[in-house]
Amino acid sequence: MYESTWMFCLKRILTLPFVLLGVSILTFVFIRFVPVEPAEVILRLAKVAPTEEAIQALREELGTDKPLLIQYLLWLIGVLQFDFGTSFVSKLPVAHELFAKLPATIELAVAAFVLILVLSIPLGILSALYKNAIIDKIIRLFSILSVSIPTFWLGFLLLYLFSLKFGIFPTNGKGTLAHLVLPALTLALPTIGLFVQFIRSTIIEELQKHYVQYAQLRGLKNSVILMRHVLRNAAITLTTMLGLTLGNLLGGAVIVEQVFSWPGLGRYLIESIINRDYPVVQCYVLIIAVIYVLSNLCADVLHRVLDPHLMTKGRRD
Amino acid sequence: MSQVKKLSHVNYKKSFSLTILGIIGLLGIFAPLLMPHDPFAVDITRKFLAPSWEYPLGTDHLGRCVFSRILLGIRYSLGSALLIQMIAIILAIFLGAFVALKRGMIDFLFIRICDILLAFPTLVLAFGLLGLLGPSLKNVLIALIFTQLIYYSRMIRSLFIGMNEKEFIQAARISGTTGVGLIVRHYFPNVLPIIVTIVALDVGKVILEIAGFSFIGLGVQAPIPEWGMMVNEGKQYIRQHPELMLYPGLAIVLVVLLFNRLASSLKNFE
Repeated sequence: MYESTWMFCLKRILTLPFVLLGVSILTFVFIRFVPVEPAEVILRLAKVAPTEEAIQALREELGTDKPLLIQYLLWLIGVLQFDFGTSFVSKLPVAHELFAKLPATIELAVAAFVLILVLSIPLGILSALYKNAIIDKIIRLFSILSVSIPTFWLGFLLLYLFSLKFGIFPTNGKGTLAHLVLPALTLALPTIGLFVQFIRSTIIEELQKHYVQYAQLRGLKNSVILMRHVLRNAAITLTTMLGLTLGNLLGGAVIVEQVFSWPGLGRYLIESIINRDYPVVQCYVLIIAVIYVLSNLCADVLHRVLDPHLMTKGRRD
Repeated sequence: MSQVKKLSHVNYKKSFSLTILGIIGLLGIFAPLLMPHDPFAVDITRKFLAPSWEYPLGTDHLGRCVFSRILLGIRYSLGSALLIQMIAIILAIFLGAFVALKRGMIDFLFIRICDILLAFPTLVLAFGLLGLLGPSLKNVLIALIFTQLIYYSRMIRSLFIGMNEKEFIQAARISGTTGVGLIVRHYFPNVLPIIVTIVALDVGKVILEIAGFSFIGLGVQAPIPEWGMMVNEGKQYIRQHPELMLYPGLAIVLVVLLFNRLASSLKNFE
């Protein structure tokens, strides 16, 4: 069955609104599960006695006395206009504050992403080519260790060694490149370990395939076989993983930001969770989900473009 | 049956990780008998003591015995992770089997809901849930069971559906086996090795997540000696007494490493 790449992309893009609608419903319902009344939280935070009348008045002001469906539609219309409600704590629009903090987190995630690509690909290739040699054993030890270390603990370990002991990097804050090194490395390391293992096993698997033997029989140089054929095939499988990585990095950033006092979304989220500032939590979950869905879409499309097998076989379910 | 046999063979081959984990488990179970001191007993006059025979790993900022706290912490770190995995996989088997046998509309709805839930990165979903439920050990368990359940029930559904067309399943159906009997006798034994591998593979991840939540203050609360919480308590003294962070962190790394080794040995054998 032949399905062109364009058709595939079109189908994927057409299903996107449904997923996003589902995500928005879920995020909205999420907040309604809270056992505490929003009006009560606001009054408590404003240090006003939560009397029956005060709560009722605020309910009308917030619109939480209307039926759930109406509330959802009103909220959705707001969200489509980038109005995510107002923070219970600061009384400012949630979107304003979250989008102000988004660049710092994106900076951290992108830096980690670059580190992942730059470090895990060569290490994975080395490890596969020198299978079972000393260098492979060292790389494998490194990769299993890096997936077994809690990120926050690793962060403090690096902080202790490089900032407090040797004084190479600053302990916290943001600004210069030196500030970025430790947080990005901490965020990247577990994924690097995962990717190294993955790249190693993919390349080893590819090297055993018939086309490699055939290419060798044709007299192609090993380096050519590796660059033109093996790595190209390995890259195809890697693309799907890259899409999932961005989402995991954004989640992991919450912890890393806390360790290095990085002024991003994650720290703001924790603060808001502790203050029970639900609109912020809601908006955060929504933004991250949208980024995650879009990055997965990009990865799927990229996968599709890179992999000619998929064109003839139709979708691999 | 052959796969079940293979599994025990693997356990024999990779008995190292399993033995040490078993010992750690026993230490956790018998922790109250083995602890040299009460892990909650505060004694400010004895704070920051160096390791000695009386206090094998010294004392923390409140004069509590670090060794006793790490021993009891096995229950909270490893114990909670195992509990989460057990409950999640049992619920997932019921849910996945139910959906896989019913198919039709239920299956369709199940897949759509899973798709939407999987649109959130796991950690973010867990953060969101914890944000709503409020920080406590119980809520960490709920949030993580929920996030694991989504993946597992979906996986078990597709494992079961993948087996629908197998000849032995059809033979069993023709001979009149239905419902629970079919699942227990025919489907389940064939997917057991895969399920065991995946559950083992994720124990390490779950331990890290529990510790991460405690660390940022959304999980287990002080004074419970969960290892992530101990790192959190030690972080204020990183300059003067880095060892307070070092010990519980090493405990986490050791247990997670052993689980990852165990899981990778199971996976390689498949």
